[in-house]
Amino acid sequence: MAPILETKNLTMQFGGLTAVDNINFNVNSGEIVALIGPNGAGKTTFFNCVTGVYTPSSGDVLISTDGKAQQRINGLKPNKVTEKGLARTFQNIRLFQNMTVLENVMIGRHTKLKSGLFGAIFHPKSTLEEEEKVIQDSYDILVEVGLEKFVNELAKNLPYGAQRRLEIARAMATEPALLLLDEPAAGMNPHETKELDEMILKIRNTNDISILLIEHDMSLVMSISEKIFVVDYGKLIAKGTPDEIKNNPEVIKAYLGDVSDA
Amino acid sequence: MLDIMKYFTLKEMKKSLVISIWFMILTFPIMVIKVNTIENTVVWRWASLLGMGIGSFIMATLWRYLLERKNMKSPLSTKKTLQMRVVEWANENPKVKPIALIAVSIFVLSFPFFSGLYQTSIMTTALMYVVLGLGLNIVVGLGGLLHLGYAAFYAVGAYTYALLNYHFGLSFWICLPIGAGLATIMGILLAIPVLRLRGDYLAIVTLGFGEVIRIVLENWNQFSFGPSGIAQIPRPGFFGMSMNLQTATTYIYFIMIAMVIFTIFVVRRLENSRIGRTWVAMREDEIASESMGIDITKSKITTFALGAFWAGMVGVVFAAKTTFINPASFTLWESVMILCVVVIGGMGSIVGVVVGAMILILMPEYLRAFSEYRMLIFGAMLVIMMVFRPGGIISNIRKKYKFEPAQAAKNADKEGVR
Amino acid sequence: MDLQYFFELFVGGLTKGSIYALIALGYTMVYGIIKLINFAHGEIYMIGAFTALIIASALSFTGMNPVLIFLISTILAIIFSASYGVTMEKIAYKPLRGSQRLSGLISAIGMSMFLQNYVLLAQTSDFLPFPNLIPEFKFLEPVKSLISPSGFIILVTTAIVMILLTYLIKFTKTGKAMRATSQDPKMSQLLGINISKVITMTFIIGSSTAALGGVLISTHIGQLNFYIGFITGIKAFVAAVLGGIGSIPGAVLGSFVLAWTESFGTGYISSDYEDVFAFLFLIIILIFRPSGILGRPENKKV
Ligand SMILES: Nc1ncnc2c1ncn2[C@@H]1O[C@H](COP(=O)(O)OP(=O)(O)OP(=O)(O)O)[C@@H](O)[C@H]1O
Ligand SMILES: [Mg+2]
Repeated sequence: MAPILETKNLTMQFGGLTAVDNINFNVNSGEIVALIGPNGAGKTTFFNCVTGVYTPSSGDVLISTDGKAQQRINGLKPNKVTEKGLARTFQNIRLFQNMTVLENVMIGRHTKLKSGLFGAIFHPKSTLEEEEKVIQDSYDILVEVGLEKFVNELAKNLPYGAQRRLEIARAMATEPALLLLDEPAAGMNPHETKELDEMILKIRNTNDISILLIEHDMSLVMSISEKIFVVDYGKLIAKGTPDEIKNNPEVIKAYLGDVSDA
Repeated sequence: MLDIMKYFTLKEMKKSLVISIWFMILTFPIMVIKVNTIENTVVWRWASLLGMGIGSFIMATLWRYLLERKNMKSPLSTKKTLQMRVVEWANENPKVKPIALIAVSIFVLSFPFFSGLYQTSIMTTALMYVVLGLGLNIVVGLGGLLHLGYAAFYAVGAYTYALLNYHFGLSFWICLPIGAGLATIMGILLAIPVLRLRGDYLAIVTLGFGEVIRIVLENWNQFSFGPSGIAQIPRPGFFGMSMNLQTATTYIYFIMIAMVIFTIFVVRRLENSRIGRTWVAMREDEIASESMGIDITKSKITTFALGAFWAGMVGVVFAAKTTFINPASFTLWESVMILCVVVIGGMGSIVGVVVGAMILILMPEYLRAFSEYRMLIFGAMLVIMMVFRPGGIISNIRKKYKFEPAQAAKNADKEGVR
Repeated sequence: MDLQYFFELFVGGLTKGSIYALIALGYTMVYGIIKLINFAHGEIYMIGAFTALIIASALSFTGMNPVLIFLISTILAIIFSASYGVTMEKIAYKPLRGSQRLSGLISAIGMSMFLQNYVLLAQTSDFLPFPNLIPEFKFLEPVKSLISPSGFIILVTTAIVMILLTYLIKFTKTGKAMRATSQDPKMSQLLGINISKVITMTFIIGSSTAALGGVLISTHIGQLNFYIGFITGIKAFVAAVLGGIGSIPGAVLGSFVLAWTESFGTGYISSDYEDVFAFLFLIIILIFRPSGILGRPENKKV
């Protein structure tokens, strides 16, 4: 079976700077994969290229969801990429601050709903049923990530850790085949990180989706990922299992003086 | 709680004094010296210097107090605002709402019968601004797109009726949907080129668009009769009945009441729909909404189109009400005025927009002394609102849903008040 | 083709472009640093012109030398306008730092309305003639039909201001701090640049050049009222956008391109549609080159 996400010679340049340099990469169905590297290595840029926020300078982004044949998604707009089954979170939280927690998740359901202007104004039965269902579904997702006590709270009023979880919930609402998490543990305390660790595993196991995460917290990365890719200065410098990566001299060199506690 | 008395200690008063002296110097040439270079006279108005000194001293004290109070309030504070308490009280007492609704209905329905012709006419104007405000609110309040050319769509509606009536004798009721439809099409046409623009460029381009429409109307004499405009536009008919001015005014008043109810009904349903939510999401964060699968292009076009729809409709009523239109009614300041209604009333809030229109239109009418200063005061209010109360007088409260603790209830609580 | 007419339009565009450039500089600098369209910038230009008119009229009773009156009123106009600019920033923009962009724009529109009506109410809504204080220059005699003494002064002053400003931005410490702040405000702050001071400096410089433009154009045209600022201000902004917002040479280039478009458009097509040319031009440029003629394409960072 084709990998769920594959990139071939993916490159992204900003003027003279090559932020992503010729990266070959893949995530197989059901895997938890981590992408690590020092600050400014190009990890977020890689995410942006995959999810359509940037159009890559060259190379291919290929996806294959639901066992379908591979298709190339370069240059597709982010909303189209989401429709195809990729969902993401953001490194610096981008919630809809002045909407409630429930509404944030409801937005995530957008692509799964149909009603348009006519439905909104005339409230035919199909729209009413759809609305009722989306409210319920969204609530269920909140229960799943343990945020149900905040349903009607504005997103901006949530504590930091809860905001990160809400971002994941919102992405989950799109029913992705691949979930991309950009530093989900950033700013969390060890206890929260542990909860997050369990949550990610639970999401993968119960929903049968693949996960790609960027993370600086090495204990989290080493404990949950099955495969790790390491980038530095935009280039892929290593890939392998957590154990292989731990002992890879290249990786140690790249991180030396950067994340010495890794 | 911060105590305003703190600002009357010697040290704080000195600070306010320094500010007031700064303003006295700053405004000296313009406030004190009045020149007339036609008659070659110079008048020195020393009294305004004193007025400026005292006025700015008071303002400075108040300003610093309010600013500090605002900065002290932590975003997580659970203290309830007055508005929240009123809403809660209304929700707890089920009788409040129907009673209020009945009271408002009685007042609104009987208004033209106990007030004079002039009052009814002013109230009709205020109602027109309610609809205009609610329409612009879709673009600015919900969609977060600063639109400064809104009066152009209003003009499209007004000229549609005036011209179709002049050339083909079409009636008000036929022109009402045509005017709204044409404005909607214009809205879409404007949306297409501006879609790719960053937020602040949008403001300038829409402003330019509004000005272009006005200038064309002013100069294209064969089409629009230029600055002299179009007169003798008929008032709305009622099955061919002939009406005197009194009845016609009352009739238009009720047309506007119906239109306000229709608008509120539709906008309320829109904002809590799948489509309406995408607008708010777009306002909050374009990139995040795209990543949630929202087609921003489509969202922008729908907000522009729907916003224009209401302006076109009110434009037709405007032409019928005043029976005379010319391009001077559709300047940039008209657009800004409607923006003021939305911003001061409360962006994204239906009740806010209604209140905003009432205050902004009725106040200068009833407080004559105030009317000369109204643009000055509205300008200042825009700044003050943005600094101290960006949500407006009545801010938008998001809809709340009720779930039963253990297994969630099926029904959403529809009691949320906006 | 009538060459004389062509040159008249050309020189007309040149003087107009100079004024746009003097205003556009303030727009572009403010935008570069606080990312805000300062709608009230045109009002600063108007207040500059009005202040000069008031002071010049008051001084003319003393029987002073006209050239001296002109110099004094221009300098005072600049000082006052700069003070208005700084005060405006403290009231309407500083408290909004860090809030949504929409808030800043609305506040700017409010400020613009306020200042216009302030001058309208404190002075008059009538057009007031601006006293003629500029002497005749002998050496302009041969080209009299093309350029007036005031037009000449506009060109020379604008050239001098541009040179001074380029020096200031490129080589002084203040200029370097400004450039750093517009590139990356957070980083600059970490490096010890006082952002508030940079913003204040920006408003001082921008308001001063706008005021200078206001005084010069009023002497050139010979009259003014409270409303001259708004549309000219918007057009100067259009010029800044055309050239590439945030870029100072861009603002100057955009100003001349816009002024010539208007000048030739009105001269050869129709004078009724002067503003239409400007806005259509803006829309076309923004669609095909959203970052302007000299601007760098902006990348959204996520
Ligand atoms: N839109 C952009 N324009 C120009 N340069 C960019 C842009 N986005 C990213 N870069 C540059 O690309 C490089 C990679 O940045 P990126 O954000 O992808 O790093 P990262 O690996 O996610 O780092 P971190 O761990 O700090 O999040 C950096 O040098 C950054 O400055
Ligand atoms: Mg990153």
